[in-house]
Amino acid sequence: MAHLVNYIYIVSAALFILSLKWMNSPATARRGVFSGEIGMLMAIAGTLLAHQVFNWQWIFAAFLIGTAVGIPIAYIMPMTAVPQRTAMSHACGALAAALVGTAEFYREPNQPKYILVALMIETLLGFLTFTGSLMAMGKLQEVLPQRPITYRNQNFINLGLFALAAALGVRLILVPTDTWIFPVFAGLALVFGVLLIIPIGGADMPTVIALLNSYAGLSACAMGFVLDNKLLVIAGALDGSSGLILSIIMCKAMNRSFANVLFGAFGQLQTKAGHAEQRPVRSASAEEAASILEASSSVIIAPGYGLAVAQAQHKIRELFDALMRRGVDVKFAIHPVAGRMPGHMNVLLAEADIPYDRLYGMEDINSEFAQCDVALVIGANDVTNPVARYDKSSPIYGMPILDVDKARSVMVIKRSMRPGFAGIDNDLYYLDKTLMLFGDAKAFVTEILKELPVLAAPTV
Amino acid sequence: MLSNLELGLYVFMLATFLGLEVIRRVSPLLHTPLMSLTNAISAISVVGAILITGAQGATTLSKVLGFIAITAAVTNIVSGYLITDRMLKMFKKREEKP
Repeated sequence: MAHLVNYIYIVSAALFILSLKWMNSPATARRGVFSGEIGMLMAIAGTLLAHQVFNWQWIFAAFLIGTAVGIPIAYIMPMTAVPQRTAMSHACGALAAALVGTAEFYREPNQPKYILVALMIETLLGFLTFTGSLMAMGKLQEVLPQRPITYRNQNFINLGLFALAAALGVRLILVPTDTWIFPVFAGLALVFGVLLIIPIGGADMPTVIALLNSYAGLSACAMGFVLDNKLLVIAGALDGSSGLILSIIMCKAMNRSFANVLFGAFGQLQTKAGHAEQRPVRSASAEEAASILEASSSVIIAPGYGLAVAQAQHKIRELFDALMRRGVDVKFAIHPVAGRMPGHMNVLLAEADIPYDRLYGMEDINSEFAQCDVALVIGANDVTNPVARYDKSSPIYGMPILDVDKARSVMVIKRSMRPGFAGIDNDLYYLDKTLMLFGDAKAFVTEILKELPVLAAPTV
Repeated sequence: MLSNLELGLYVFMLATFLGLEVIRRVSPLLHTPLMSLTNAISAISVVGAILITGAQGATTLSKVLGFIAITAAVTNIVSGYLITDRMLKMFKKREEKP
């Protein structure tokens, strides 16, 4: 039996890899989830059967509670809250890894050095990711302030703390019998996790979530070394590399470096928003907007998170249907950082039943703006600001943007002329071809819809 | 023969490169479900938690820590797979109307 479980683990690992491979297209993705589930069931069943497992009542109770908590989370969680849930699951995963490492250390501190090294990495990453993810969750849920929390010598203090934790870890590796050091080490890691995340602003949360994902995976991977279990090493490495790739994509999409996200305290740089000299803008009513949309042959909608805040997804879908029925070609342009986590905007639009083959990533859609009649910007600001292309003094200079200003005409639904998160004035609003549609996204789209009488399905 | 450490490092190195290649091919449409899926997969750490909790002669400390770890990991497994599937069900192609 002891040998059999190793073969079961190999099959599980293969199923996990297939699971991720099938995520390459929405057509096969659900098969991927199924394969992941089978892999997980096999691994758990194999472990329970092959090893001499005692304390059944503890394990059984934990499974029961975990299932009872997990099911409602999965079904009740609204799609706008998925980033918070993800942060919470990073916290849970990291906590599990850290606690297993802790228990293993107290069970037998005198282990080969390489195991102790892996164990310290596992617990350090585990504990700091645990509290860090809780902070990220608090910011996303808006129970903690979204703005960066900063104090004097912040980077110095944080790095010092981390160095101290690492030094204690090294000490524990050298003299593992000094077990009293371990709680101090764990405590420092927990505090460092908090301090690492609080100076990061709300707009950087997509990067931070992806990075924490990577840490949680690496922690599980280190556990694989501690327990000499290759399945854990593989699953942890897959999770770690996934988080790494997503955070690189997010950083590129904002033209920032990791160091800048982690230590930059972005919000501070451009608090001097002011000097908004009054420039003329052109605005239009819902009626005018409706007639322009109706007369166009192609429309690209650039949604931002503001759309989700206004709960306008379903109205946008109605607008999409109304225009498509009139033979207008409607597409959506999704900037990688639209939403609160990688890919979030796609999920929000898919929830509103917008077909996914109408959702285009930035690279795919940017060349199409020049041929499109109307670019409709809803709830997005900085990611459409042409300043990023030419104004070297702007904090967002160099950030890849959606080329909405290249469309023949532009319409922007916006509450007021107030600048966006980065506090930068958007030159897009002052172009001759731009029409500002002032109002709440949901209310304004509803108004436009009233001007577009329902058409029967096309007879063609 | 390779030691456990060397073998582990080989596996880690290969799995990381494989992971980078596979994840690179994932549709950007699905980055949110991808993250919840990898999260559920990495909750395979439940295997380690079971071994710690279920070891013969496990101390109360081991049992309590292991118990919390299993609960956290199982929560991730259950909610992770279910919510990923719930999200993926929403991704529909345009229906071809006859």
